[in-house]
Amino acid sequence: MKYAFSTGEELISLCEAEQITIAEVMIRHQLEIDERSREDIVNEMFENLMTMQRSVSIGFDENQQTMTGNAGDNAEKLLAFAENANMGYDMARICAAALAVTEVNASMGKIVAAPTAGSSGVLPAVLIMCSEKRGFTDQDLVNGLFAAGAVGIIIAKNASISGAEGGCQAEIGSAAAMAAAALAELCGASPKAALDAAAIAIKNILGLVCDPVAGLVECPCIKRNAMGAANAVLCADMALAGITSIIPFDEVVSAMKSVGKMMNSDLRETAKGGLAVTPTGLEIAQRINLEG
Amino acid sequence: MKEFSVFDIIGPRMVGPSSSHTAGAVRIGLVVHKLLNGERLKEVRLTLYGSFAETGFGHGTDRALLAGVLGVEPDDSRVRFSMLLARSENIWVEINKGDEEMDHPNTAKIYARTVSGREFTVVGKSVGGGNVEIVGINGMDVSFTGDYPTLIAFYTDVPGVISKVTAILAREHINVAFMKVFRSAKRSEACMVIETDVPVPDASIELIQKEVEGIEEICTV
Repeated sequence: MKYAFSTGEELISLCEAEQITIAEVMIRHQLEIDERSREDIVNEMFENLMTMQRSVSIGFDENQQTMTGNAGDNAEKLLAFAENANMGYDMARICAAALAVTEVNASMGKIVAAPTAGSSGVLPAVLIMCSEKRGFTDQDLVNGLFAAGAVGIIIAKNASISGAEGGCQAEIGSAAAMAAAALAELCGASPKAALDAAAIAIKNILGLVCDPVAGLVECPCIKRNAMGAANAVLCADMALAGITSIIPFDEVVSAMKSVGKMMNSDLRETAKGGLAVTPTGLEIAQRINLEG
Repeated sequence: MKEFSVFDIIGPRMVGPSSSHTAGAVRIGLVVHKLLNGERLKEVRLTLYGSFAETGFGHGTDRALLAGVLGVEPDDSRVRFSMLLARSENIWVEINKGDEEMDHPNTAKIYARTVSGREFTVVGKSVGGGNVEIVGINGMDVSFTGDYPTLIAFYTDVPGVISKVTAILAREHINVAFMKVFRSAKRSEACMVIETDVPVPDASIELIQKEVEGIEEICTV
């Protein structure tokens, strides 16, 4: 398989050898392992994009009823506040979109796992909300999703994209790395710079634990998606400005894996540590179980 | 190292909130739906174990399992309304928490009975990322994923049954991807699970039923 890659270094050399983007390498590799035609594969990704776009707009338009009833209208609140936001109008809208998708997810609405359901808000928020300002077409966004997929595959192969294995760094960290690289590439960054953006994004939240209250994909997951989106945009911008990652992408991914291994299992999606066992967290868990 | 598809990372499209506790649960239910082959349901009893029992309510695991039994796919927005769907079809639904220790934390048992009296009890586990493994059918330990078209035949365990079935499949040009046989005790009830590249046509299933002695029940997923 000519376009197979397992590391960031391999991905960059494939891009450089043929002067193609990360997205193009991903599409060509997918053609090697998928029986479908290029058109079908691109259409399948377009289907994902449309579902993402719908999840953003549903999250903005409707109040969601999440399972605990503790969230559901955060996206509307931040969207309404965007004009006054200290972080600026654009960033506030990006973060609001991440809240929107994750609130849709938490209320049994339809989303695209990217890479997981719990981290599904980061990638659509960053790509779709930046497309307004940058003038990305749907075709560009589909390419962005392929580029994000390539980064996710490297992380999945060499570390993990599951909170149960690697903590939140493996979910929101991976999602932010994928989104950062995709946004950077869509804005014209080289494959190396795009992976620098991904590396910085993981470095920024290395070690973050997965401590869901009542074991549910709700608190703190929804707000961490907003943080992940902000992190991704920050890292894409740093890379586009010419800032590099001191530690190369592949080494950062290895570090993430070893940090995940050192993490006590109480802090890996079991709801036995962190926020899940605070008095308020336990009280919420008890209330949910009584209802169930 | 596993060769990942890009759609393992960007995807699946699914109803939230959890790929293991919601999407996987729907897929376990869908196995029951396919076993029933479109027959109208009378009663569904769900038993949730381990983490499914502990956090299943908040993840909509119960509704997801039921949705699958009713034929609703993991990306269908009706998943969350499956209780209403069942009520509108006059299906009796019971949900229980099981306290037995299961070998996987995300395990569910589904009992379904049709209006005509056919019954199935399926035990499945959600192993992550929406992937599932079916580990029991009607009290028989089995193992298959539901990713491939699957033929399941219950038969009396006498020599020659397996070769007769595979001979018919070969004659009908159906390629077997994986095949496993299971039995409860020597020379008694046995079960073969055959995963194929293409679905086995009804005509071939009828041939197997007619030509192979000892086949008691045959169904597809």
